[in-house]
Amino acid sequence: MSESENASGKMQVSDDVTIELRGVHKWYGQFHVLKDINLNVHRGERIVICGPSGSGKSTMIRCINRLEEHQQGRIIVDGTELTDDVKHIDQVRREVGMVFQHFNLFPHLTVLENCCLAPIWVRKMPRREAEAAAMKYLEKVKIPEQAKKYPGQLSGGQQQRVAIARSLCMNPNIMLFDEPTSALDPEMIKEVLDTMIELAESGMTMLCVTHEMGFAKTVANRVIFMDGGEIIEENEPNEFFNNPRSDRTKLFLSQILQH
Amino acid sequence: MRSLFFQILLVAGIGFFGYTIFQNTLHNLEQRGISTGFGFLDNEAGFGILMTLVPFDETYTYGRTFLVGLLNTLLVAALGIFFATVIGFVMGVARLSKNWIVSRLATVYIEVFRNIPLLLQIMFWYFAVLRPLPGPRQSIKMGESVFLNNRGLYLPSPVYEQGFWLVMVALALAIVASILIARWAHQRQEKTGQQFHTVLVALSLIIGLPLLAFLLAGMPLSWNMPELQRFNLTGGMVVIPELAALLTALSIYTGAFIAEAVRSGILAVSHGQTEAAYALGLRPGTTLRLVIIPQALRVIIPQLTSQYLNLTKNSSLATAIGYPDLVAVFAGTTLNQTGQAVEVIAMTMAVYLVISLGISMFMNWYNKRIQLVER
Amino acid sequence: MTEHTPHPDLAPPASAVGFVGWLRSNLFSSPWNTVLSLFSIYILYLAIPPIISWAFLESTWIGDTREACADTAGACWVFVKVRMDQFMYGFYPESEYWRINLAFGLLIVLGIPLFIKRFQHKGKLAAFILVFYPIIAFQLFSGGNFGLEHVETSRWGGLSLTLVLAGVGIVASLPLGVVLALGRRSQMPIVKSVCVVFIEFWRGVPLITVLFMSSVMLPLFLPEGTNFDKLLRAMIGIALFQSAYMAEVVRGGLAAIPKGQYEAAEALGLSYWKSMGLIILPQALKLVIPGIVNTFIALFKDTTLVLIIGLFDLLAIIQQAFADPDWLGFSIEGYVFAASIFWIFCFGMSRYSMALEKKLHTGHAR
Repeated sequence: MSESENASGKMQVSDDVTIELRGVHKWYGQFHVLKDINLNVHRGERIVICGPSGSGKSTMIRCINRLEEHQQGRIIVDGTELTDDVKHIDQVRREVGMVFQHFNLFPHLTVLENCCLAPIWVRKMPRREAEAAAMKYLEKVKIPEQAKKYPGQLSGGQQQRVAIARSLCMNPNIMLFDEPTSALDPEMIKEVLDTMIELAESGMTMLCVTHEMGFAKTVANRVIFMDGGEIIEENEPNEFFNNPRSDRTKLFLSQILQH
Repeated sequence: MRSLFFQILLVAGIGFFGYTIFQNTLHNLEQRGISTGFGFLDNEAGFGILMTLVPFDETYTYGRTFLVGLLNTLLVAALGIFFATVIGFVMGVARLSKNWIVSRLATVYIEVFRNIPLLLQIMFWYFAVLRPLPGPRQSIKMGESVFLNNRGLYLPSPVYEQGFWLVMVALALAIVASILIARWAHQRQEKTGQQFHTVLVALSLIIGLPLLAFLLAGMPLSWNMPELQRFNLTGGMVVIPELAALLTALSIYTGAFIAEAVRSGILAVSHGQTEAAYALGLRPGTTLRLVIIPQALRVIIPQLTSQYLNLTKNSSLATAIGYPDLVAVFAGTTLNQTGQAVEVIAMTMAVYLVISLGISMFMNWYNKRIQLVER
Repeated sequence: MTEHTPHPDLAPPASAVGFVGWLRSNLFSSPWNTVLSLFSIYILYLAIPPIISWAFLESTWIGDTREACADTAGACWVFVKVRMDQFMYGFYPESEYWRINLAFGLLIVLGIPLFIKRFQHKGKLAAFILVFYPIIAFQLFSGGNFGLEHVETSRWGGLSLTLVLAGVGIVASLPLGVVLALGRRSQMPIVKSVCVVFIEFWRGVPLITVLFMSSVMLPLFLPEGTNFDKLLRAMIGIALFQSAYMAEVVRGGLAAIPKGQYEAAEALGLSYWKSMGLIILPQALKLVIPGIVNTFIALFKDTTLVLIIGLFDLLAIIQQAFADPDWLGFSIEGYVFAASIFWIFCFGMSRYSMALEKKLHTGHAR
């Protein structure tokens, strides 16, 4: 498509589909939160999902690593379909990393231990190897000097970068971001976004729920707008921002860009 | 300057107050013809005690009654702590269960038992449940050799025969081996990443090895079964109804508080922690062991120790039903016979104070350690 | 520009909602859960019907004598009914019951405005209840003045004595607890250590040893010839014991007041007592009301211990009624009755304190 317009040529999108959502429905009790979601994500694609709160965007990406269960339709991640089968769920979670709004670092473990926990217990890595890998990723997010500290001693921005490093330690093929900057003070948002942009440049498949439209413009090759539990509009960023097709997208953009 | 004056005044006030009390007490004791000092501890007690863990009869001294009472208190406290912990953890987890009926049952248990005075519960179990049981001849039989009647709960008691030491040696060996295996497994995981089912192997060692030794030594253990005679039961061991009632009430009452502590501890770990662990690919069991429990324990342990302390102090309610604990035997009978109120009450209180201080010292150490780890 | 037609809200699949869905997700979501549910239902089946039939279906309510219960398999509530006056008022003379009723009625009437949101003078009213009401109530209970017949404390008993003990315990321990809490946070080393020792001493020993102490040691401490009431001795013991717990509750409140408040008070040039009394304590005490209610619940349950030193609170008077040769063998009814009364009070208060806590928390979040 037109990704040469919005980022460097490094960002290649291949043709093979890595995440496939087909006719996905989800209910919370009587409440219909996801309505007939259809979405194909290609390897190396960077998708930004936006929409008003309660529109189901977080729920949708949380279905992709089965933190939420869907009740109808199919979700296939890297060729594995998400069902009740525990093996499938394990398989998918190993390949999909996730970063949360509230970081969710383990407060009783040091930064390094946070990063090593999953490699050691899930990937069965020797500790020394896991620590070496963790240090590599901590350097990547530019906080290797904090490795021995506890999460409580770090700033919000630093904590979120640790959370990103922690996910990367599992060598995921896909990264999900659930409003990664919403809980941060303004001066810390940039350091996290910079880390995410770097990650995007390395070719990671990314799905980001975020309201950072600047980020969407620089790195996304597709923007998805959700409202009322369904995908209203999807387009490449330039078109999406300059020429929204639906009224609701327009209204949402005008509200969000005014600030 | 003013604060110095104020403090001197306070010291003087306390000194004067103490002196007055001391003078009054001396005078009053003299009037009543009661000698002071701890000499009475060497005198012959002249009364019997219902249940003793160390040899005791009427010819032993008052000092010995102190020991007997203390041991009985420690016994009921230790047993109570064990049962209350089991009940509390089961109920605390049950209360958070996704199973509606299980969580409701746990809630009802907690809300009912922690809102009824402990003394009432003790007296209920003793006077309304255990005392009115039929006599030994009409004992309630539970299985072949467990009897329940108004004299207590009769259980088979183990008799160790020659060669039983082999089993004990095997058990010790198994424990040592398990520790070594755990160390080895940990080191191997650090080096190669391979995991090992330490718990399973250790458990089968600790059960299997003594069992093997037991069989090889020709089963050197027999049970002394309680048997129904014409008027009474003989053999086995008996849990007197006083102990049974006290233990039941203490465990159920304290269990309700421990359940609340466990619940609050688990709730204190946010759901986000579980989600983050799952998202990293950790299995539920591993998540529980490495992420949830270590964090929940930090909230639970301080509350748990304070409940243990409460249980120990509450065991003094034994007096009301005649279980011979420290307060009943020493601050009760011994005090009444000797009249040496000051010494007896002081010794009794000192025991509880030592226990409390010990526990609060542990708590301070624990909290400091936690803070060190967190900061 | 296209107009988007919203996707209609669909009903969830039948297996996920309704009674069947509820059962599936709450009781039978996994094999393990199914086993647990069936086991629990079996336990309930074993326990509930016999309890209901004992307490209600087959129980006897009518009659005044033991004979009324001669052929019932269930509970004999007649026993409780016949003894009800004693359970409530102890050995208080029947013709004077109105005095107790009046005292408690007055408390309720005085207390109601405290729970009315729009009432302005809550602080003053609370102070009145804490200071003057006890005097009025004591006059009513004890008599001897204003033409009221004097009733000795040994005749007080039952639920009214339980309430008196708990009430006196809380009212007397509050001021002492405040002083101790302030002392424990004091800069003066001697004051601080005296308070720490005092608090830790009482918190370290069981209440029963305190009651023993007050009943056997207190007379020794006083000058020869001074002899005072058994009830008063018990109250002193309870108040001292309780004040240590109260001090810790108040200390928690003092610690929760932001440092800025202390500094602001100092900056205004207020003296220590003025800044405490006018600025810090009013805030701290409001913060610890749930904690005070919780200590009150504990105290309320603990008052049963006076049975051991021979006072006749609710539990003791019920226990004593079992010994009546006319009414042997009704201990379960008696205990169930006592337990229900204690439970209603304690459960009610604990719910109240939880509601208060919630309110305070939301207040702070804003």
